Amino acid sequence: MLEIKDLHASVEDKEILKGINLEVKAGEVHAIMGPNGSGKSTLAAVIAGKEEFEVTKGSVALNGEDLEDDAPEERAHKGVFLSFQYPVEIPGVSVTNFMKTAINESRKGRGLEDMPANEMLKLIREKSELLEIDRKFLSRSLNEGFSGGEKKRNEIFQMAMLEPKVAILDETDSGLDIDALRIVANGVNKLKSKDNAVIVITHYQRLLDYIVPDFVHVLHNGKIVKSGGKELAMELEEKGYDWIKQEATV
Amino acid sequence: MDLKEKLISSFMAFENNVDVEHPVHDVRTEAIKNFEAKGFPTKKEEAWKYTSLNSLQKIDFSIFPKQENTLEYKDVKRYFLHEIDTYKIVFIDGIYSSFLSETTHDGVDICLMSSALTKPMYKQIVDVYFNKVASKDESLTTLNTAFSREGAYIYIPKNKMPKKPVEIVHFATGNEASLMLQPRNLIIVEENAEVQIIERHQSLTTNAVLTNAVTEIFAAQNAIVDYYKIQNDTSEASLIDNTYINQKSKSNVNVHTFSFGGKLTRNNLNFYQNGEYMDSTMKGVTILGEKQHVDHHTLVHHIEPNCESHQDYKGIYGENSTGVFNGKIIVDKIAQKTNAFQQNNNILISDKATINTKPQLEIFADDVKCSHGCTIGQLDEDALFYMQSRGIGKKEARALLMYAFANNVLESVRIPELKARINKLIAKKLGVNLGFDL
Repeated sequence: MLEIKDLHASVEDKEILKGINLEVKAGEVHAIMGPNGSGKSTLAAVIAGKEEFEVTKGSVALNGEDLEDDAPEERAHKGVFLSFQYPVEIPGVSVTNFMKTAINESRKGRGLEDMPANEMLKLIREKSELLEIDRKFLSRSLNEGFSGGEKKRNEIFQMAMLEPKVAILDETDSGLDIDALRIVANGVNKLKSKDNAVIVITHYQRLLDYIVPDFVHVLHNGKIVKSGGKELAMELEEKGYDWIKQEATV
Repeated sequence: MDLKEKLISSFMAFENNVDVEHPVHDVRTEAIKNFEAKGFPTKKEEAWKYTSLNSLQKIDFSIFPKQENTLEYKDVKRYFLHEIDTYKIVFIDGIYSSFLSETTHDGVDICLMSSALTKPMYKQIVDVYFNKVASKDESLTTLNTAFSREGAYIYIPKNKMPKKPVEIVHFATGNEASLMLQPRNLIIVEENAEVQIIERHQSLTTNAVLTNAVTEIFAAQNAIVDYYKIQNDTSEASLIDNTYINQKSKSNVNVHTFSFGGKLTRNNLNFYQNGEYMDSTMKGVTILGEKQHVDHHTLVHHIEPNCESHQDYKGIYGENSTGVFNGKIIVDKIAQKTNAFQQNNNILISDKATINTKPQLEIFADDVKCSHGCTIGQLDEDALFYMQSRGIGKKEARALLMYAFANNVLESVRIPELKARINKLIAKKLGVNLGFDL
């Protein structure tokens, strides 16, 4: 589904990704772990098409189609979703109105008509129940004054609404207490299917107790230096990242 | 003949049409003398450093319209807040249109300045209030005073509130190649009384129009005044708005200025706090493009203790547009416990747009809280990326961000239909259809 080949990316002439290879198939959950500054968030942003990063070599393809020339919104229309570590606050625009705009813009991008209002309301109701979000929350300004947990829950709510093919969750566990973590993970698990894929980016193993990965990759210095099954995450939790760093330099 | 000379010589013609025996005429005569001595302000004056009136003075404006013009309601309906019922005081090329207006004398007076200045029953009030807060020194204000004859007159007696908001609308038909208008408004809101006013100047063609307006507002104890100025005029219409507000204790006056168009707009907004425990609020959203120019000059004079003032102006400048914000706050020595807040934030969305912003604080009391902040920036790239990653196109994403930026100002608009209307104007100005009313 998502194919990343020898991906190199720089910001202001500083190379951050130095040759990433990763294949994510439909129905799979991949975890990308690594120490701070290893390039995890950059990888997420590059997949989603952030213009600040320049891809100097290699490619990102979705279902065989190279995404290189696609703007972030076009990637979204094709099914890429990025849950942000720090979601942006938009005063004056309610969660509901933001979602309406996002959904209809995506539909327009796919050549579809606007979603009828009653269908939209039904979808919002259904998906907000999934994330245990109450009505009042939906009429609040997007992310404005939201707690860390509310912001992340709202990110997954948006994911639920947009039904992406590949969802990248960038540090979705940061700033969450255990209850919020459970709700968010539950939501993700319910959205998982054989037709989509999830990439979980995290520093800690904690989230992976709830969203169980099929593969774990360790990113260090812009490269995937180790891949394995879910047991690799446990090992990292136990031993930290130093041994990986040493192994990588050897 | 330049515009100044033309105006001075027109004053004699003007005198043929007004009662020169009326005490107000002495005020006019004094005023024209002042204007004759001072003339139009130039860029050499600090207050006019960034706004030049030179090109306007080269236009051969008609000082009085040659004929009375009419308009069909259906052709101008969209300029009214027609979603709700309102009182309307409407002028066409400076002349009152009874056909388009809806005035009242039912417990309150919402009517015409020309009546107030001529009919004996208003004399007592006119003597007390007319030209009492407006500057007798500032040249453009005195120019307006000299020609003061028509405009809106609103008198809200003690404990009263009109049943609906008041719209003051000035249309320019374009039947004159170029026309100068000088409306004069007098608004008196007595103790515990309240009023909501929406003001609009609208040219219907791209013929040149220059409006030099003066509005005097008197808010007595506990009075509440909400004043909304909608400035979305055509490319050759210019406006110099001079608003003077005299507030008494515990009153609350809010002025919102929405500047979305016009060639040159200068807002001189002056608050004088003559009392304690009152609140003055001035807020604005400016969204400009093309070669439009807007200059906001605010003044709050804290004369007595325990008062507050709040200023919040947001500006979005595109293409070759230029903006000015100059916010002056004076806190007199006895005005202890003053809280004065001022905020001016700007976004430049074009390399060619400019903004000059300047806070000007003169604080003579020692126990006060004053804050001011000016920012000039670009749209936040991370926020844009966030929205794009949700499938929202760049143009729409930018519009949403700009809307969010201006939102603080909109939140305090207390007429929901007006707020909705302004949201639509903003969406239109930003060139987007977001599928919902902002």
